[in-house]
Amino acid sequence: MTEKTSTEEFPFVDEHSGPLLRLTDVNTSFHTVRGEVRAVSGVSFELARGETLGIVGESGSGKTVLSRSIMGLLPRSGVSQSGSIVFDDTEIVAAPVATLRDLWGAKIAMVFQDPMTSLNPVVRIGRQITESLRLHTSMDKSEAKATAISLLEQVGIPSPVERFRNYPHQLSGGMRQRVMIAIALACAPRLLLADEPTTGLDVTVQAQILDLLTSLQEERRMAVILVTHDLGVVATRTDRIAVMYAGKIVELASTTKLFANMAMPYTQALLNSTPRLSDPSHTRLTAIDGRPPDLIDPPSGCAFSPRCPYATEQCTLEAPPLRAAVGDESHLFACWNPLPGASAGAVLTPEGAS
Amino acid sequence: MSNLTDAVQVDLTPESGLPTAVVGKAKSKKLGWFFWFCVAWIAVVIFGAIFAAYLGLQDPNNQNFGSINQGPTSAHWLGTDDLGRDIFSRIIYGARVSLIVGFGGMLIGMSVGGTMGMVSAYRRGVTDTLVSAASYVMLAFPILVAVIAIVAFWGHDLWKITIIVGVASIPLVYRVVRAATLSYATRDFVTAAKAQGATDWRILTRELLPNVLPAIISFSLIGVASIIILEGALAFLGLSIAPPTASWGAMISESRTYLNVNPWLALFPSMAMFLFLIALNLVGDALRSAMDIGEGKL
Repeated sequence: MTEKTSTEEFPFVDEHSGPLLRLTDVNTSFHTVRGEVRAVSGVSFELARGETLGIVGESGSGKTVLSRSIMGLLPRSGVSQSGSIVFDDTEIVAAPVATLRDLWGAKIAMVFQDPMTSLNPVVRIGRQITESLRLHTSMDKSEAKATAISLLEQVGIPSPVERFRNYPHQLSGGMRQRVMIAIALACAPRLLLADEPTTGLDVTVQAQILDLLTSLQEERRMAVILVTHDLGVVATRTDRIAVMYAGKIVELASTTKLFANMAMPYTQALLNSTPRLSDPSHTRLTAIDGRPPDLIDPPSGCAFSPRCPYATEQCTLEAPPLRAAVGDESHLFACWNPLPGASAGAVLTPEGAS
Repeated sequence: MSNLTDAVQVDLTPESGLPTAVVGKAKSKKLGWFFWFCVAWIAVVIFGAIFAAYLGLQDPNNQNFGSINQGPTSAHWLGTDDLGRDIFSRIIYGARVSLIVGFGGMLIGMSVGGTMGMVSAYRRGVTDTLVSAASYVMLAFPILVAVIAIVAFWGHDLWKITIIVGVASIPLVYRVVRAATLSYATRDFVTAAKAQGATDWRILTRELLPNVLPAIISFSLIGVASIIILEGALAFLGLSIAPPTASWGAMISESRTYLNVNPWLALFPSMAMFLFLIALNLVGDALRSAMDIGEGKL
């Protein structure tokens, strides 16, 4: 697996202005008949302008809910949210819909998982792109059309002028996802949330779409949050990676450091469950035993302890806090027994080593 | 059978996403000559009703006691009734009542019930619960009994009857439109539109409406047919438009007394109503299946 060499690919990131996005102790829970589901609990991180953050985790680890929370797109009833999400001086938690609507599409955009269902089947793709341009900018019809056609060209759609008049069913999955990206990028957002943008696509198309996202991001100096369950997807395309488990961030580090010194057994388990080209044929896939915990009644202590090969008694009793590795303030992890191979850098701070 | 081949052909669309001729063929499903025959029949009836005064017909209310209760003759193509009035002319003028009540009533039902159905399915929550409950209460009422009671108290002008049957159709339209909208309201493209900053109004009119329109159109044609039957039933009970104004239901009702003398009197208005209703139903049904884009074809 190749590693991203450095963050120097994004020299344009303005170091002087504050972070683009700051999450402080974000909690999101759903009220169901069975009880309260804590889908996201105590998540804090910052995202710099132009940075790419990968959010990785299994199904049900809360990554989609987290991305919807950042967007402010959660339903209004049956959901409770606390903490603070500040996007470029705008507080998103509990903001009125009118405030959010000015951000949506214009400053924050989203690419959805399934391009088959996220385009309106009875509306021409051209109008679906111009819709958001007309809404957020003062462009007239012909300007919007010209912009839309150039967007279609930028996302690599051949003969964009003809495509402009097509309906979604006339396009393949990969093409539709390109159209979704064109729609998301129409108003030059500062932050793009890509929620599993390639999960519904063929493997051959996946790489194309991810490369497209990367190159567009560089052109536009846009921050991207790439949500995925596939460590392989984020390995080469992100600056930092946050690993989520049971609604919490369990490890957060720059991509290079994470792959070099992973501290969390869960991160390792995720990596081990990725198939490799170098494996001989018919190698059994390594799966993580057990299932993700029930978020209504999570286990006491570390949520991963029931499935963790390194778990000790302490793990089942006390939840490990998210703390910095010794000698590296930027590498955070939540584990009592970090991986032995995690090198000398990843040793617990004294108060945690009891 | 044709559905099956269509679906298979669409699956073969190459990954390049080029719109192939196959996709185009699958889209334009043949409606058939019979569909167009029904459409033509509806058009003829509507044309006749609108331009009845200019067709050189005999006065529908002109009584001629020289020729009463006649069968079809060259002077009176469909015969005459017990007052010597020309049946052909009365059927064409009578279509006006059925059409105004039918289409007018449906228009009321659609604009009120349809709007409420879409809003209710899109907003969900308390709005949906309350309006749905109200619609169930209205549906639990036997429509004919309620309409008869209201007509008896309020009177039976043409516009009053139209409003009454229109209001009576609201809960049914509401349920149909709500169900059709519900299946689209939670789709990703609605969330995607919201994520682009679209307002609720925009989502309702530009995202949801084009998707539910096929269901609305086909249901409204069938709804018009049901309302015409309701009007016929009212007329038969003597609770529709006051005589001597012709209406299909009233003509059938008046023919009862002379069934053994002049069966033509009952036959022709019944045929007019039957043919018009069956044409409406067939067109509505054909449109529904033609516009029904199966999930597999998306």
